[in-house]
Amino acid sequence: MELKDYKNVFVFAEQREGIIQSVAYELLGKARDLADTLGEKVVAMLLGYNVKAQAQKLIEFGADEVIVADCPELKDYLSEQYSQVVDQIIKERHPNIVLYGATTIGRDMAPRIAARLKTGLTADCTKLEVVADEKSNNELQFRMTRPAFGGNLMATIICPNNRPQMSTVRPGVMQKRQREEGRAGVITDFAPKFDTSKFKVKLVETIKEDKAVVDIADAKILVSGGRGVQNKEGFDKLQALADVIGGVVSSSRAMVDNGVMPHDRQVGQTGKTVRPNLYMACGISGAIQHLAGMEESDFIIAINKDKFAPIFSVADLGIVGDLHKIVPMLTERLKKEVEK
Amino acid sequence: MNIIVCIKQVPDTTEIKIDPVKGTLIREGVPSIMNPDDKGGLELALRLKDQFGANVTVVSMGPPQADVIMREAFAMGADRAILLSDRKFAGSDTLATSYALAGLCRSLDYDLIIAGRQAIDGDTAQVGPEMAEHLGLPQVSYVADAKLLPNGNLLVHKENEDSVQVLEVEGKCLLTVLASAFEARYMTVSGIVEAYNKEVEVWGADKIDYDETKLGLSGSPTKVFQSFPKAMKAPGEVHEVSEEEAVELIVNKLKEKHII
Repeated sequence: MELKDYKNVFVFAEQREGIIQSVAYELLGKARDLADTLGEKVVAMLLGYNVKAQAQKLIEFGADEVIVADCPELKDYLSEQYSQVVDQIIKERHPNIVLYGATTIGRDMAPRIAARLKTGLTADCTKLEVVADEKSNNELQFRMTRPAFGGNLMATIICPNNRPQMSTVRPGVMQKRQREEGRAGVITDFAPKFDTSKFKVKLVETIKEDKAVVDIADAKILVSGGRGVQNKEGFDKLQALADVIGGVVSSSRAMVDNGVMPHDRQVGQTGKTVRPNLYMACGISGAIQHLAGMEESDFIIAINKDKFAPIFSVADLGIVGDLHKIVPMLTERLKKEVEK
Repeated sequence: MNIIVCIKQVPDTTEIKIDPVKGTLIREGVPSIMNPDDKGGLELALRLKDQFGANVTVVSMGPPQADVIMREAFAMGADRAILLSDRKFAGSDTLATSYALAGLCRSLDYDLIIAGRQAIDGDTAQVGPEMAEHLGLPQVSYVADAKLLPNGNLLVHKENEDSVQVLEVEGKCLLTVLASAFEARYMTVSGIVEAYNKEVEVWGADKIDYDETKLGLSGSPTKVFQSFPKAMKAPGEVHEVSEEEAVELIVNKLKEKHII
């Protein structure tokens, strides 16, 4: 097959416990842009058990076709089971591009598939674009941009001679399209042919953790509180906000020293250095030691009563006001946004 | 039990600074360290060795300077160290790197391969799973705990965003582990002394079985088109407005930044 015969932008539509993850819709939004530029189609791959009913929703968020593999073997994510199915779909359909969420599922499976297909994979992309390449007769080239060296450098990667071109994308980076109710598309059933002799990993149990592995350094969204939050009840307001936007609550040193928050949530020189996509500093004045631990965050919102608080010098958006009023109002408002 | 641990020498990215005038990375004076997740992997291997007895071989691919981390591994308790170093590997992306390391593993006798989840210079988390695929091994990534069961299987905890999967693995496998779950031991004084009497084996490509087209640049499907420093931050805006307006401002920004 020649490179030009590989067509369409595929998206791995990640689900957990039967619920399609937000990153899948985000990827569909980006896939739609890429496919429109290329004049190709968007195809979602939905793997799971009793998930077929949700295929239409993927169409409404931008897919032209959804390939559904629905069987008990795919109930929970397991590397080999899922890799076999995605590999079979790709070998049958020859996509040009395949996108995965950069989650503990996508980052586990995508490299396995890349090695199986002997193709390239670019991790944790923050920008994907199709550009007419001046050096090759204005042929459309897929460019994938990602941070490297701990975010100190950005690199744009291409995969010129292998197909499909694959990338993982961090959740929260791409934008969902507006849902188009009743949008028409094709739903195709796919019957996997499993090689069960390769199933060497058995799921014993899944332990749900409310406060799963809270490593604030890994969080993409941090809602952080300082002295202005005052007490445990104040942090409950922050937690409610964090729950709505998929964030984690962190703290300044002051609230750790007075015992309101545990040390592992502390941001700053004697705590952790964080670099989330969003850092919301609530009632944090912004001591230099605190700033050192968070100023590299992609986007910083600060809410503080004191308009001279140093936190405003690093904030992208600063609000002079009372967090105890603003945070609950914001939480309610965001609940409505998320439900949309 | 024979355990292979994959380690990598990386620049300490928390120490990297950007030249504000040229906008380039300042690499001079940045210390090179053993990648933290790999060190966690070595710690897991050494714990298994302490409990059940094992031969721990550390392997790495890189320039001769990586000798330092191989000796650090000796000082922590590794038994053997092999550094894969050859110009033929230059320009390798993750696929070509995993191919070469898989080739190295094939020439060794092993029951378990452990790698770090990801390296702090690239953060791709790809080499481990790609090696597993080349070697036809099952894999578990994001490993936070691993125990050997009486039946010889491994009981492994995979840490997901919202849950922990408890998995039982039968036979040989490859694990990629989290540094945070395996706090690495210190080197011992006698270990440090011995580390310099031990031999770090340096292997060229000729020591492994390989297909030339799968190594280095020619074996790398991905190419770097360009690299550039992250854009400098523009000064922010500060608003003194009513609570309702404040909420609007925040919601609009979150939408603009695709956070919601």
